[in-house]
Amino acid sequence: MKFGIVILPGSNCDHDAMHVAKDVLGADAEFLWHKETDLKGSDCVIIPGGFAYGDYLRAGALAKFAPIMEPIRKHAATGGLVLGICNGFQVLTEVGLLPGALMRNEHLRFISRDVFLRTEETDTAYTSELQKGQVLRTPIAHGEGNYFADDSTLDDLERNRQVIFRYCDEEGRVTKASNPNGSSRNIAGICNRTRNVLGLMPHPERCSEPILGNADGLAIFKSIALAAVSR
Amino acid sequence: MKATVTVELKPSVLDPQGKAIQHSLTSLGFSGVEDVRVGKLFRITLADGGQTRENFEKQLRQMCERLLANTVVENFSYTIE
Repeated sequence: MKFGIVILPGSNCDHDAMHVAKDVLGADAEFLWHKETDLKGSDCVIIPGGFAYGDYLRAGALAKFAPIMEPIRKHAATGGLVLGICNGFQVLTEVGLLPGALMRNEHLRFISRDVFLRTEETDTAYTSELQKGQVLRTPIAHGEGNYFADDSTLDDLERNRQVIFRYCDEEGRVTKASNPNGSSRNIAGICNRTRNVLGLMPHPERCSEPILGNADGLAIFKSIALAAVSR
Repeated sequence: MKATVTVELKPSVLDPQGKAIQHSLTSLGFSGVEDVRVGKLFRITLADGGQTRENFEKQLRQMCERLLANTVVENFSYTIE
């Protein structure tokens, strides 16, 4: 299987994602420059964290006009895997591949620390190697991670089981205190209706090997590799 | 032709930045500040020649919908002069 890792001007987690895909997971992986119009046979496209186009106007807003977005839209429409991490999640909402928007953190501060996530659904290409309810410790690093959608969109997400990760405490309890940024219903990650596009604010690529003190994120990449092979 | 575009968060969307500014104004001694909402303002100048006002307005609407505002959370308005 092959990962394609998008480099937008201002991406800064592209090499982290490449390292996990290639060195930790042992998969094939290639960078996809934002001006390219070809995904080079990628099974899973990762839009990494960073500050694409300096977050000018709104985080992710200018990235939707990058030439690489057109083949990504087509890839997603035909069931291909697209994973947006942090800024990549913001890009996916701006592009319209995922519903809602990511707003300024409730307390206005940039937050860089570990949080706990509860795995809500395991029937996606990203979570098949996790158990329902499994708690992951993952780092977050964002100023605009406050997930917002109107109530009817949120109800739709719940009804279709599109909420994949929620902020929780160490025991897996979804509480107000465990919500770092004010996200609606503690939402940390969602997928699209057809479950092939996932966006999440936390950084699984920063916690995927024991030498970093935490390998909780690796299961997500393992799940992707399995899904891509069986597709 | 020139246009002024205003983009604001929808009334139903919380604006923590506006709240923080409201508190700062209050602590500076400006009493009675009930609410502050933060928005964005764009001044757009169109090159002279050929463009009708009607066409410009149509374009402005598209600019707002496609880029200047995120209509999930923001409303926009504009004036043309």
